[in-house]
Amino acid sequence: MAAAPPAPRQNFFRRNAVAIAFLAPALILLFVWIVYPTIYTIIRSFSGKQAHEGFLPYGDYVGFANYKALFTTDILVTAIKNSAIWILIAPATVTAIGLVFAVLTERIRWAVAFKTIVFMPMAISLFATGVIWHVMYIKDPQQGAVNAGIGAVKSWFSSPAVLQDANASSPLLTGSPQRGFVLRRPLQAGDTAKMGLTAIPPSEVPADAEQAVPPTPKARSVTGVVWRDFSPGGGTPGKVEKGELGIPGARVDLLDSSGRRVQSTKTEANGSFEFNRVRGSGLKTEIDPATFGAPFTGVSWLGPKLITPSIIFAYVWVWAGFAMVVIGAGLAAISREVLEAARTDGASEWQVFRRITVPMLAPVLSVVFITMLINVLKVFDIIISIAPGSTQSDAAVIAVQMWRQSFGGSNDFGLGSAIAVFLFILVIPVLLLNVRRFRREV
Amino acid sequence: MATYELEQTHAPVVVKDPHDTTAARIGRFATRLPLQILLAFIALLWLLPTLGLFLTSLLSPEDFQTNGWWKVIAHPHLGTWANYSNVWNNTDIPHALVLTAEIAIGGTVLPILIAASAGYAFAWIDFPGRDWLFVGVIALLVVPLQMGLIPIFHLYNTLSIYDTVLGLILFHTAFGLPFAIFLLRNFFIGIPKDILESARIDGASEFRIFWKLILPLGLPAIASLAIFQFLWTWNDLLVALVMARNTQPITVSIFSQLRQFGSNIDIIAPASFMSLVIPLVVFFSFQRYFVQGLLAGSVK
Repeated sequence: MAAAPPAPRQNFFRRNAVAIAFLAPALILLFVWIVYPTIYTIIRSFSGKQAHEGFLPYGDYVGFANYKALFTTDILVTAIKNSAIWILIAPATVTAIGLVFAVLTERIRWAVAFKTIVFMPMAISLFATGVIWHVMYIKDPQQGAVNAGIGAVKSWFSSPAVLQDANASSPLLTGSPQRGFVLRRPLQAGDTAKMGLTAIPPSEVPADAEQAVPPTPKARSVTGVVWRDFSPGGGTPGKVEKGELGIPGARVDLLDSSGRRVQSTKTEANGSFEFNRVRGSGLKTEIDPATFGAPFTGVSWLGPKLITPSIIFAYVWVWAGFAMVVIGAGLAAISREVLEAARTDGASEWQVFRRITVPMLAPVLSVVFITMLINVLKVFDIIISIAPGSTQSDAAVIAVQMWRQSFGGSNDFGLGSAIAVFLFILVIPVLLLNVRRFRREV
Repeated sequence: MATYELEQTHAPVVVKDPHDTTAARIGRFATRLPLQILLAFIALLWLLPTLGLFLTSLLSPEDFQTNGWWKVIAHPHLGTWANYSNVWNNTDIPHALVLTAEIAIGGTVLPILIAASAGYAFAWIDFPGRDWLFVGVIALLVVPLQMGLIPIFHLYNTLSIYDTVLGLILFHTAFGLPFAIFLLRNFFIGIPKDILESARIDGASEFRIFWKLILPLGLPAIASLAIFQFLWTWNDLLVALVMARNTQPITVSIFSQLRQFGSNIDIIAPASFMSLVIPLVVFFSFQRYFVQGLLAGSVK
């Protein structure tokens, strides 16, 4: 810092005319748009709704009432809790994912393409990102890609249920969809099993169902039918009649006299099934509970419970590229020789990563983490655009409530100012950190 | 000044090994196959959502109710440009795009000019209190813009620049300045002192040095900054939401449609996609500078 020699006051401006000319536009803008508003907002936070908005606000002083409201009003407490969740999860996740991506891309040839793809969301507005993910998160698996994906994976691992619900059509059959339906009468080879179900809405009968056919007895086999035992006008329960459809795809088990499953099969389009080479007596047939179940209707990602994690995921999707690129640059700066030396000494890849890469990256990691911390406090657009109106209060963070309380209807500038000041207080440690870092450099 | 680029950060040059037979290469490829598949899957996860928005924007509202956007891939006949022509002809979206461009260009050029001149003063002109003033600028780096919303809203009403392009540009300029000054000052300070000294000895004025030397030499940093500032102002929602009512940039325009999400997806999806075309073009054209700027100033 240049020590100014004592000189007459009027000379100060003349001697520094050039510096003033270069600095004036910036300093005026910074003062009028940032410094003065900061003072204004701090003063404003101690007044109520009715204060006068002069050059500086005055009147309707309420002391700390706005701050008290901030920590006692339900929706604002929710917002603070949500902000806390964001702060705890988002910066750490972004940094960790960025680190993993940066390390992994060092091992592939298409690293540039990969980085470009992951980095791309950075260019898109958080608002448009919100629209993108709102569409991804739609609950109906027919429309929402996330739920469609989950549904597809589910049906991959377990065959989908044929029916949601049903009742036994006659006392010949007992049980429930949860436990399965068992025919009362014990069977042996040559017998037939008629397993009638009712209380199945026509819309739930599988589309490929055909007219049910009464089973014909066969030697050494148990034959049977599973069908919708209901025809318009009633019909006789327990009897296969015209107009009654078989239930295709139902799983039927053959149980031995001790109740153990010995065979299993699926019904045909007309509801018929057959167990071959049946031995012994006292057998029972059972419609397996796996036949019944609710279809996958989708996880409600945008519902009140999951909305915050859902939005955080979308946010991580945006910022992972930033972390990856910054950490990747730090990684490239680490001396290859150190890593190679460690490997030659027999260190495993994990040990190299854990004991050398991460400690050497620590400064870069902390820069990414702090940048994300500041960003997370101000997160606004993406919440507004992902969360539907019904769950917006469940998703709101401090920055969102600052806007809502001041401009979103209630026009409470006092409370809005208090929320802004609260945000400001949260970033002050980072502000001091930046200043200290610079003072050390000079 | 960091000068890393995406291209420079990948694996080091591999010296060709005489034992590097085809068999060895296939073996290495096989051991890395799980990693390749994992990364391909991740890349897909990062591409699909944006593609999804595009395909959604091609679905008619009726088709949207019963079909997922992925069905357009297998059944291209489901897609139609009708939504786009409707948005283009029957909504204020095109007007909003023009306004957004005006705000983004003004909100990029102005802060860069002002920050460059301030950055030059902080880097190369001696004056009392210089470092203290610069520390002040650094302190302003992280002041949340929420601190400015209420007073500037009142100020704009007093000055009658509420709801104007000028008001929005000035807001973006002011809140872009700390970062811009910080970045440019740090870049300018790396310019060799000899160049400046000899120009001064030759009798060039400070303004001449600034125009003819500093700005051209500072172009790489200015380019990075321009991209950031452009994307930041183009993508802004909050400032425009507070400081304007009818002067609606694209984000606010879509936001006002948002209240009926689902029923007017045929406007929201194409409008959102139109809003992100320009940023993506800017990003892909100037990716190098974007990354440089990111590395130089990841403090904001």
